[in-house]
Amino acid sequence: MKNKYSIFSLIKNAFSYHENWEKAWKDPIPKKEYDAIIIGGGGHGLATAYYLAKKHKMKNIAVVEKGWIGGGNTGRNTTIIRSNYLWDASAGLYDHALKIWEGLSQELNYNVMFSQRGVMNLAHNLQDVRDLKRRTHANRLNGIDAVYLNTQEVKKFCPIINTSPDIRYPVLGGTLQRRAGTARHDAVAWGYARGADEMGVDIIQNCEVKGIKRNGDKVEGIETTKGFIKTNKIGVVAAGHSSVIANMAGLKLPLESKPLQALVSEPVKPIIDTVVMSNAVHAYVSQSDKGELVIGAGTDDYISYSQKGSHDIVEGTLNAILELYPIFSRMRMLRQWGGIVDICPDASPIISKTSIKGLYFNCGWGTGGFKATPGSGDLFAHTIANDEPHKLNAAFNINRFISGDLVDEHGAAAVAH
Amino acid sequence: MFIIHCPFCGEREQSEFKSGGEAHIVRPRQPTELSDDEWAEYLFMRKNIKGIQFERWNHAHGCRKWFNMVRDTSNDEIKAVYKMGEKPPIK
Repeated sequence: MKNKYSIFSLIKNAFSYHENWEKAWKDPIPKKEYDAIIIGGGGHGLATAYYLAKKHKMKNIAVVEKGWIGGGNTGRNTTIIRSNYLWDASAGLYDHALKIWEGLSQELNYNVMFSQRGVMNLAHNLQDVRDLKRRTHANRLNGIDAVYLNTQEVKKFCPIINTSPDIRYPVLGGTLQRRAGTARHDAVAWGYARGADEMGVDIIQNCEVKGIKRNGDKVEGIETTKGFIKTNKIGVVAAGHSSVIANMAGLKLPLESKPLQALVSEPVKPIIDTVVMSNAVHAYVSQSDKGELVIGAGTDDYISYSQKGSHDIVEGTLNAILELYPIFSRMRMLRQWGGIVDICPDASPIISKTSIKGLYFNCGWGTGGFKATPGSGDLFAHTIANDEPHKLNAAFNINRFISGDLVDEHGAAAVAH
Repeated sequence: MFIIHCPFCGEREQSEFKSGGEAHIVRPRQPTELSDDEWAEYLFMRKNIKGIQFERWNHAHGCRKWFNMVRDTSNDEIKAVYKMGEKPPIK
């Protein structure tokens, strides 16, 4: 890497008041033609471009982004990373990502602030207890670390949780994945962008795709706000807007786009050193390094691209948070926002070829795509470069909705959708 | 959050309603003759439109009746509400 970030470069640049740092990525004008174009400059899209260049030696590629990189769901999620999924296919996919996370800062020479602070999932009724125990066993059979905790152990691991048997939904136990945790979401996009740019990938921001040019059953290029760009391989990683791009190509996807909200509190001193999620009451909370509580709410149940959700969803989440953590009762919330998530009928993603030659989709991550960013990029790059899925994403093809071989993670994935 | 004009009850908060997704998807007339592709199209594939969308809603915490709505999904503006079986007032 020509401008390696290190303690020495930090000291060197301190002498010039940090005014001479080189740009982490260029701002190129689009070329007339690329070997592959990635639509969507979020974490998944940038990771795809990075691995296409790094592992598959495709250097003449571009990422087009309608806004700025990492400005969509990459910058709007609650940064939780875990791999404790029930089904074998999901476990393989998400643990592949988690393993890459473990070495990502070193690989990218960019601190993504990956923190393995553990993720705890709570059980509030007998069915939860049975489901979480089953999932713990399934995880361990798949080589994923997981332990089941009883109520006292939950209290010991996170002392501020109200474990009184008198609350509306008492805590009966929980699971813990210690390798799970959080990362800095913006840094993931920036780190991958810098790495991809270094290898010659063009990252083109403020360039909205307006149409997909097809010739029969294969793609020929994209119409954008910066003109026509020719290519015969298009990888779409457009999250909530996947269906919009699909419609341009005359495809229909099994997706519904819905608002998902999150909110953060004012910053306070360290109070919660892990991530706690509750499926049954739909509350999850962690604390950022700045001290803000990061709280995830649920999705609205109607289709919308408005990037704002309903107030009653936030209210429901905060009710649950306050019952579980009475200590937060006087906390003030600082910011609230929404992102648009594309949800598949089986709540599992699609990383797949399509019926149109040269058109690939990586979508349907729904409410939980951030955790998979590195793995998703790696496997999607493999799929695009070889025109064949990797064995880890073979189950996540689009044809599963025709064959019926669904990866049904609804509810089983440790969090409600 | 927005206000929905239920054709039976009048104006109520959106939180009283349940969205039923895309409207006017015709139920297969002869299910036994459908191919897997056609089943997938009927069950799973959706237009998921950004813009003017025709959709079904149920007044779940009210009269519990189903009705149709035309809504702009890019800003949640409701263009029209009409009863089941009626023709959409907007094309």
